[in-house]
Amino acid sequence: MTENRTKKNTRKTGEEPEVPVWDRVLLARAQERPTALDYIQRLCTQFIEVHGDRSYRDDPSIVGGFAVFEGKSVAVVGHQKGKNFKDRMTRNFGMPHPEGYRKALRVMRLAERFSMPILTFVDTPGAYPGIEAEERGQVEAVARNIMEMFEIRVPILVFVVGEGGSGGALAIGVGDRVYMLENAVYSVISPEACAAILWDNAGRASEAAERLRMTASDLRNLGIIDGILPEAPGGIQKDASPTLSAMKALITEQLERLSALPTDELLSLRQKKFENMVAYRENSMVHFPVAQNASP
Amino acid sequence: MGWLTRSRSRQVEAGAEDKRPMDSEKKIRIPEGLWIKCSLCRQIVYRKEVEKAGKVCPKCNYHFPITVEERIFQLSDPGSFSEFGQNIESVDPLEFSDSVKYTERLKSAQKKTGLSDAIRIGECSIVGKPAVLGVFSFGFMGGSMGSVVGEKVVRAAERSLEKRVPLILVTSSGGARMQEGIFSLMQMARTSAAISRLHRASVPFFSVLTDPTFGGVTASFAMLGDIILAEPRSLIGFAGPRVIEQTIKQQLPEGFQRAEFLLSHGFLDMVVERGRLKETLSQLMCIFAPSGHQCRLVPVGEEGRE
Repeated sequence: MTENRTKKNTRKTGEEPEVPVWDRVLLARAQERPTALDYIQRLCTQFIEVHGDRSYRDDPSIVGGFAVFEGKSVAVVGHQKGKNFKDRMTRNFGMPHPEGYRKALRVMRLAERFSMPILTFVDTPGAYPGIEAEERGQVEAVARNIMEMFEIRVPILVFVVGEGGSGGALAIGVGDRVYMLENAVYSVISPEACAAILWDNAGRASEAAERLRMTASDLRNLGIIDGILPEAPGGIQKDASPTLSAMKALITEQLERLSALPTDELLSLRQKKFENMVAYRENSMVHFPVAQNASP
Repeated sequence: MGWLTRSRSRQVEAGAEDKRPMDSEKKIRIPEGLWIKCSLCRQIVYRKEVEKAGKVCPKCNYHFPITVEERIFQLSDPGSFSEFGQNIESVDPLEFSDSVKYTERLKSAQKKTGLSDAIRIGECSIVGKPAVLGVFSFGFMGGSMGSVVGEKVVRAAERSLEKRVPLILVTSSGGARMQEGIFSLMQMARTSAAISRLHRASVPFFSVLTDPTFGGVTASFAMLGDIILAEPRSLIGFAGPRVIEQTIKQQLPEGFQRAEFLLSHGFLDMVVERGRLKETLSQLMCIFAPSGHQCRLVPVGEEGRE
């Protein structure tokens, strides 16, 4: 079912006039775009947000908590960018400090203990590069989350809903399935930073964006993601309901599938999934990722 | 200036030191003269003295950058390093180019360093005890991690898991390799997953951070060591100092992101001088050896130094 649907979507975007990559970057960053809290509130009921990493403070750049999805308890975690300027300032534009990642991990470990599947919503320019972030171990927090997400014994579904900014995105982005919204982007470096390094000119960001292959269809073709969720023409901010209903159906279907797996198999499949994401040649053998989710 | 930089090349070429690891990444940091100027204290020091100390300044303890070959030579027992995975090569998955094609950049880095990519991995012995050792080359595209580096880190971890011997990774890297885009990012996941497998099997992983270690390498396997060591004054962090200065628009405090700074903030176990690194690793390997093994400390002898 899912395979058919996502395949159809890819074909559809191929037939329509191709949206320039830079336009997608701008759409992914649009202030009107739904935030993690919007997705959580519209997909789930009885959302209880929790706060703090129990070690330093509560980071408003990351939200997390517990809710009910289609009658079942789930944990939810996401980067939160904010709505108006003031909110965006408070949320640090969705760029977490280490305590944000530690809060996310706390929520996920708690979910594991109570056998709740986890939904994550990725939407960040990246982990925050600042003095305090370094002092409190941004590298350690990101690294630990990435590693421990391979060990968490409940299903994890990842949705890249806006910007997937490098390690700061991956730190809540390891899961059994990874989906992207049609206009979301996911990259190892921002196009601006990439252009600054390559040409010493951040103004050439749109060129860099094309070369980085950071759109949902690029990443699907490269075998990195499992599927693409369609957006209304002009972006999800015009009309969120078609995307949300597709998302709902997808979550229901995938959680059912993943919950049926024995836990050890779930974990080993999660490792294998990422193990596959590498491209190299050895002697005359070429390894390239096989398209995700191709086999039943 | 002349007497300072006068070449000793004739003597070197004469073959007296042919056995020495090739100085393939010299990058004019240490001119081949009799005397050299320390990059930190600016004093003129006798080159032989610096080399005898493993390329450390005798006046101010500055650790000069060293090549992969020199590092392997310093840490492993003579002749024990047996490399594997050396035929793994990049395939340029994004067909990336800026002013220069990525494949061209790779070729010139290979020519410059004599390496196939930014890391070498192998089995070796350290004061008689077996280990898997991986060493990064900052000279190879800033030690950046793309698919090849990620795959080699994973294979090194797999090998140490299979042989149940400690994994030691010596990093120096600017982070993920942007020319391989999302594939580079995914190496953070793959390498971290490999370390998770080692953790579960109780095979020790000692991470050695050297100057500089940043970005996706620090934010994945390098920070996941069971014990994390660093060389003095090494710059270690997530974002580079310039990026942070541009973001916060103020100057960074003295000593920010140095190994000593990380130690005092609780993110390293110890700062170890280069001259004591082999001994320290050997001691750790002994202590973390599977129970039932006798922990017999053999002092580091004269091996590795001539």
